[in-house]
Amino acid sequence: MTAPLDPVAPPITLPPSLRDVEPVQRVRTPFRLDYEVSAGRSMAAYLRAMKEKRILGERCPVTGQVFVPPRGVTPTSGLVTTELVELPDRGYVESFCVTRVPIPGRDDLQLPYVSAWIVLDGASVGFLGLVADIPPEEVRLGLRVQAVWRPDDELGETADNIKYWAPTGEPDVEITSYEYVGQPGEAP
Amino acid sequence: MAKQRCAVIGVGQTKYQSTRGDVSMAGLVREAALRALADAGLEWSDIDAVVIGKAPDFFEGVMTPEIILAEALGAAGKPVLRVHTAGSVGGSTAIVASSLIESGVHRRVLALGFEKQSESNAMWALSLPQAFQTSINAGAGGYFSPIIRRYMAMSGAPELVGCVVAFKDRQHALKNPYAHLHQPELTFEEVVESPMLWDPIRYSETCPSSDGACAIVLADERAAADALNPVAWVDATAMRSEANNFGGRNMVNPAASSLCAQDLYAKAGITNPREEIDVAEIYVPFSWYEPMWLESLGFAERGQGWRLVEDGVTRLGGDLPVNPSGGVLSSNPIGASGMVRFAEAALQVRGMAGEHQVVGARRALGHAYGGGAQYFAMWIVSAGD
Amino acid sequence: MTDIAIVAYAARQQAEVEENELEMIAPLIEQVRSETGLGPDDIDFTCSGSSDFLAGAAFSFVLTLDATRPVPPIVESHVEMDGAWALYEAWVKLQIGEAKTALVYGYGKSSPGSLRDVLATQLDPYTVAPLWPDAFGIAGLQARLMLDAGDVTERDLAEVAARSLADAADNPNAVRAGAHSIDELLAEPYLHDPLRAHDCPARADGGAAVILAADDVARRVCERPAWIRAIDHRMDVHHFGVRDPRRARSAELAAQAVGVTSDKVDVAELDAPFSHQEPLLVRALGLDAANTRINPSGGSLTGHVMMAAGLVRLGEAATRVHRGDADRAVAHATSGPWLQQNLVAVLEGD
Repeated sequence: MTAPLDPVAPPITLPPSLRDVEPVQRVRTPFRLDYEVSAGRSMAAYLRAMKEKRILGERCPVTGQVFVPPRGVTPTSGLVTTELVELPDRGYVESFCVTRVPIPGRDDLQLPYVSAWIVLDGASVGFLGLVADIPPEEVRLGLRVQAVWRPDDELGETADNIKYWAPTGEPDVEITSYEYVGQPGEAP
Repeated sequence: MAKQRCAVIGVGQTKYQSTRGDVSMAGLVREAALRALADAGLEWSDIDAVVIGKAPDFFEGVMTPEIILAEALGAAGKPVLRVHTAGSVGGSTAIVASSLIESGVHRRVLALGFEKQSESNAMWALSLPQAFQTSINAGAGGYFSPIIRRYMAMSGAPELVGCVVAFKDRQHALKNPYAHLHQPELTFEEVVESPMLWDPIRYSETCPSSDGACAIVLADERAAADALNPVAWVDATAMRSEANNFGGRNMVNPAASSLCAQDLYAKAGITNPREEIDVAEIYVPFSWYEPMWLESLGFAERGQGWRLVEDGVTRLGGDLPVNPSGGVLSSNPIGASGMVRFAEAALQVRGMAGEHQVVGARRALGHAYGGGAQYFAMWIVSAGD
Repeated sequence: MTDIAIVAYAARQQAEVEENELEMIAPLIEQVRSETGLGPDDIDFTCSGSSDFLAGAAFSFVLTLDATRPVPPIVESHVEMDGAWALYEAWVKLQIGEAKTALVYGYGKSSPGSLRDVLATQLDPYTVAPLWPDAFGIAGLQARLMLDAGDVTERDLAEVAARSLADAADNPNAVRAGAHSIDELLAEPYLHDPLRAHDCPARADGGAAVILAADDVARRVCERPAWIRAIDHRMDVHHFGVRDPRRARSAELAAQAVGVTSDKVDVAELDAPFSHQEPLLVRALGLDAANTRINPSGGSLTGHVMMAAGLVRLGEAATRVHRGDADRAVAHATSGPWLQQNLVAVLEGD
């Protein structure tokens, strides 16, 4: 068996005319592909509601669980969503990490920043959101937070309307297990 | 036809490094395949089918590259399948290949996983903004670190357990000539002092980005009898997938993981994995996933996985070595990493793991996971008689 | 060999679908479930086919997993290929004898991106892709070579198109349909000389879902199961200078392996995205075109969903067996430029 750094391919014999030519090692081919993606029915409704500072989730017809953002089909049913519900813009931090690595295309994010799993009141699942207005070392599991929205004249059909989530000052939610909120079959 | 027995009769790997600038994709896969064929004592013409797996094609900038690799894989005129199950793909590819043997459809199958992520930009490909989603996720670390924090809080594990895993795996890698990271000068203190990337995960506790390929030749019983080198029998395989977000989901110990393991052990006739499995190659891209997976895989009670790490049980020389190859923390060509776990498990029970051999290993676990910790592929291999 | 059948099929093809892929595929999966009465808990194995490059997203298949109701966890896998190969993987799994039912699906949306440019990334990145040849142009090269060699005439191509368009009138999933005379079609301008628009695939968004079942389960859930008597697939070399574009060697091999010609073929659903590829495949499979109904659905010329077209051909062939319109049918799927990779299956009804 060949050693890891031994070549396995037999050496190539070049014709005399090419012996002094430098071989091409890399070919650089920039390409650009444009996609015009549709959000889908539920997500489109969610984005439109965002412009009005309203947050919509979808309710599973089988278990009653509420998913936000809505993807259009709840995994607990496999069925296309027919019921959207409105959720408050408050919740708590299920967990978080303090990120010190810059993200490509997000130079606006000042390092370090806290990205957290936010669970809204009434939701069965969480989503990733930015937590700010609090020193990173004070962020903790169960921290109660509220959305900080962009000014009205900057609102668009996008989840970026929520700049970040800030602590409300209310007592923390007590987290005692590995599991996330909501049990299969139970509506919160 | 009853289910056929399946054996690993050849393994081939490439030296994993951040950029394999000396070979094209074709050269990379062929290198692993040729080594596997040599190990198996076979020619290209002996292979009935090829199953190839890799992660998103944006890592190379070529759509479905198996199409252009037909010649390099000796696949002209043969059935070729391309599997893609996110990070678990190396494992699921081996499982699909083993299905072709177990079903009696083929007699000798080449399974191969690869990634040449230096060709494109892995960080970019992993952080591609999802349409309509806010993009604050800095790669996989940003996704898994909050989950790790949950485990740390719930288990009360000492803060440096992750560093112990990272240091252990890099030490193991020194005994694996194929591993990407060879850091003979590295000290435990350096691991601890490494900068935090996604607190609580440090740079030193994170997997590298590697180019590489791994190939396995699988064969039926008759072909295994003629094998050149000792074989590894595939005792059992299992796969599970679950949704990545739903109420009541156990993010730290996903049901898909624990149920997959239970299914695997039941099929393999294993009732006490801690005692009956001699070595485990499990998919640990971020240090703390070792104690987490140890619990999920039934090697430790809930909240106790970190003790096995602290007590040195999972070190080479310990009672249950985990990732003696250096693991994903030492080499991570994403599309191949799962297969490397499966291949290393096979090498262990074949007695062919060289310097990182676990002496007397007769039964090994290969494990891979992917997506939002939602896709799982596992196998148990054992030594031939 | 275990007896395995296609027992249910649902498909959707539409020029442009407004929903996202998840919302698009879920109703198709729901349809085959209700047709068979097999709910999520009754499915032993799930396998799907799709493409990241087509979707413009890495790990794009994760999005559609929710349609399988993966809570509690399921046994599931995915191929970065047309759903026809996902069906093949499921068939292999069922052959082992432990699983008895499988859900298979394939889907794709061509409308968001430029399919012709996306497919150009499937080519050799060193010597071909940098020239940015588009998929239709590459097919046009093949057609030109066939015309010059006398394998087909432009009239032959127009006949394939006319017949397909006429047959598609009965297919609610067809994106193109209608009655056209040969001369009308020949009067149309070239799109990629020698190919005209109607010689090229009718791009569509959509997908297909299929349920496979073994033995007694198949008989229980389906009145007339479409038994998969044999299924095989092969790949050809890739590079254009190294293979004969006028033949699909891999299709010939697969057809021989499944024994296409061992008995009469009532219906053949061939995945020929370009009209000149139909006569090529007819010859490759050894079909007797005079006595076999080719593409009664209208074929890929009248509705082509990337990553599902092959699965659709399997489903359409199975439907003819289910209905009693065919006792023995052949289904074919293709992938890669110039019919590089081909899958052939023989389906039979009792």
